[in-house]
Amino acid sequence: MLAFLIKRTANAIFVMLSVSFIAFMIFRFVGDPVELMLNEQATQAQRDALRAKLGLDDPFIVQFTTFVKNAAQGDFGISFRNQQDVLAMIAERFPATFELVIVATLISLIVGIPLGVLTAIHRQRWYAETLQFTSIIGISLPSFVVGIGLILIFSVWLGWFPAFGRGETVDLGWWSTGLLTTSGRMSIILPALSLSLFQITLVMRLVRAEMLEVLRTDFIKFARARGIPARAINFRHALRNCLMPVVTMTAMQIGGLIAFALVTETVFQWPGMGLLFIQAVTFVDVPIMAGYLCIVALIFVTLNALVDITYAVIDPRLRGADK
Amino acid sequence: MISKTGLKAALLGGMAAATLASTAAAETLRWGAPRDIVSLDPYSYGDSYTINFLNHIYEGLVRFDRDLKIKPGLAESWEVISPTTWRFSLRKDVTFHNGHTFTAEDVLASLTRVSHETSPLKGNLPAYKSATVVDDYTIDIELTGAYPLLLNDLTNIHIFDKDWLVDNNAEMPTDVSVGVEGYATFNTNGTGPFVLESRTPEAQTVLTVNEGWWDKPEHNLTRIEFQPVTSAATRVAALLSGEVDFVDSAPVQDLPRLAAAANLKVLERTDLRTVMLGFNRRDELVAGGENPLNDLRVRQAMQLAVDMDLIQSRVMRGKSRNAGTLVAPSIPGYSEALDTVVSAAPEKAKALLAEAGYEDGFEFEFVCTNESYVNEEQFCQAIASMWSRIGLSPRLDIGPTAKQTPKRAGGKADVYTIGWATLPMLDTYSILVQMLHSKEGNSGVFNWGNWSYPEIDKLTQAASVELDREKRLSMETEALRIAKEEIVMMPLHQQPMAWAVSADFEDFPQFPDNKPRMWFVTR
Repeated sequence: MLAFLIKRTANAIFVMLSVSFIAFMIFRFVGDPVELMLNEQATQAQRDALRAKLGLDDPFIVQFTTFVKNAAQGDFGISFRNQQDVLAMIAERFPATFELVIVATLISLIVGIPLGVLTAIHRQRWYAETLQFTSIIGISLPSFVVGIGLILIFSVWLGWFPAFGRGETVDLGWWSTGLLTTSGRMSIILPALSLSLFQITLVMRLVRAEMLEVLRTDFIKFARARGIPARAINFRHALRNCLMPVVTMTAMQIGGLIAFALVTETVFQWPGMGLLFIQAVTFVDVPIMAGYLCIVALIFVTLNALVDITYAVIDPRLRGADK
Repeated sequence: MISKTGLKAALLGGMAAATLASTAAAETLRWGAPRDIVSLDPYSYGDSYTINFLNHIYEGLVRFDRDLKIKPGLAESWEVISPTTWRFSLRKDVTFHNGHTFTAEDVLASLTRVSHETSPLKGNLPAYKSATVVDDYTIDIELTGAYPLLLNDLTNIHIFDKDWLVDNNAEMPTDVSVGVEGYATFNTNGTGPFVLESRTPEAQTVLTVNEGWWDKPEHNLTRIEFQPVTSAATRVAALLSGEVDFVDSAPVQDLPRLAAAANLKVLERTDLRTVMLGFNRRDELVAGGENPLNDLRVRQAMQLAVDMDLIQSRVMRGKSRNAGTLVAPSIPGYSEALDTVVSAAPEKAKALLAEAGYEDGFEFEFVCTNESYVNEEQFCQAIASMWSRIGLSPRLDIGPTAKQTPKRAGGKADVYTIGWATLPMLDTYSILVQMLHSKEGNSGVFNWGNWSYPEIDKLTQAASVELDREKRLSMETEALRIAKEEIVMMPLHQQPMAWAVSADFEDFPQFPDNKPRMWFVTR
């Protein structure tokens, strides 16, 4: 088991290093922050001095090793633009993104699972087919279009929900939550819905496919033969057997949603990490971009490692499989 | 320039406001901004949007009035006691938001901080050498040489409280390369008409009125809620649904819709920023080979080929103002005589190209960005196709500013777009020294095509030390005339700017520098 853990950790470190390396390669092509940091009036000498001070003239390898050395100690420097500590800025915005992702995930499970069961057991009916068909929209519509559509309908026409922002927040230690106030709860609905649309479709289709598989198995046939009511068969026996892959996929997707949320955050001005990243890209704020990519990579790596370790704990065969 | 429906809405709104005014004394302005401010420290980043917002909290020694004329601010009066020394007499009845009294020591501490080696705003006060406190309410500022534009520069230098800086260990500006945060990045203490109540980055910054402000307020606001909404569509939606009262930079394509809404009015005008094209004037083109752009006839042909009226009516939807010279009318140094737009004459353009020996045209790099200026992508495409019609072969290269600027500044562009508003100085001298002057020493930072016109250089240097305003402005105008004759830069237009505001505001002055100044707003 110990060897397995060490191997996993080594893997994770390798992935993190690769991500930061690739990120650094990209930064060389996003542009020159100095031109954006100084105003029209600054002289050439001031521009050159700033570039030298920020270390932008150093060779690539020097810049990269300095970054890795500092990042390993949790120091991502301060933002070129806001002059604030990068890690603190990301930490400040993490709760907003995380709450959005969790609410979106809950919505996708609550809506997606029953719809999946419904489309599986009423396979031939028109409404099941219609649902199947319209769910393609959920996958194919870009989320900024969905977001703007939701804003138009529910904020401008109906006036039910706010069009942007996070509403009032309550601080619980370093964690700020919007879920404890009415305005916060009203504010999260539209962005969470917009973020979950893709996820709903995914869950629904996964549940449907699994259900169709399970419904064909022998134990369902025997259950039917024993005269157990259809409701109990579908929801208690069949659905339970479908949930394992759904839960696994949902857990893995949380990382994806955190990264994916940046479009939704931009549309709804949701003050999360994605919004921070988008603005950092516009202004070539290298420390923030690097910090964000590393943190997101870390979230992915951790989630994956956790899933792998859990599997290994559950299934002893996997532990030996690597040998 | 309020549209007809907007005007009607304004009248209706005005009536509604009049009936409401007696009941609601507290006037809140909810501001939907295109972007967040960068920091609460006005010296942390050379960003004029942030500096303007912080002007509600902090003030300078002098300030702009409604007509962008320079008026006394924290200084009551000033005199030039020698060509390089200015004496400022300060106001006596001013207190900071924390109750401290404003004195000359505060001015000295602020000037020291802003001109410090590591200050990103050092360039905003280029001629500053040192300052000497004469007494509590008098300070002398010494300059590196005779310099006529000190007051223009000082409008943007906000004054801090010295004791507050010292107590919080923030006497020096924050330095990115050291990587340490500053107290002033998160806290404020100014003398301005509004006091900071709270700030959550990217979400909300709340200001409340400063009851103890030294000046008689022209506004009647008690609270400003500044909320950045980056996505333009969301910003418009928030305004339509009544979640914000005001947006600056309303998208041009949404203006008819906003003007049609009964509870809104749209404020439109053209910006101070003049958008223009610059030419590569090195010996060779980017792709190599002799550079035809050095031939005046070729540049004339390129100007004659472009139909600015067509671009104005189609691409800019009739909202821009075509420019004949490199600065907007309200900038000192502007001359109406120079502001004649060249009308399109493709046949004449072809003849000129043939005369210069390029009847078959030539290939060159045309570098544009996709977001620096209003509808830039579209007008660049239009210009490229107009050039193709006279036989030239522009290779259009469009990308984000951050990516295109190194190309333009590094001589990797043959023709490029650039806009200049002369901010924060508001004087023609700004474009002369930064763009038209030869690239030498600290001048010509934006001389990206590497041209050199000794007459322009001479006039610019003479203007920089001329203290007589009329003489100085006539030198600047003369330099602009040479630039026009030689087509150093090819002016395109002043781009449109639009604000939209809830109809119940009585007074909401719009400024050509696109800076909302809420201390003039009444509701």
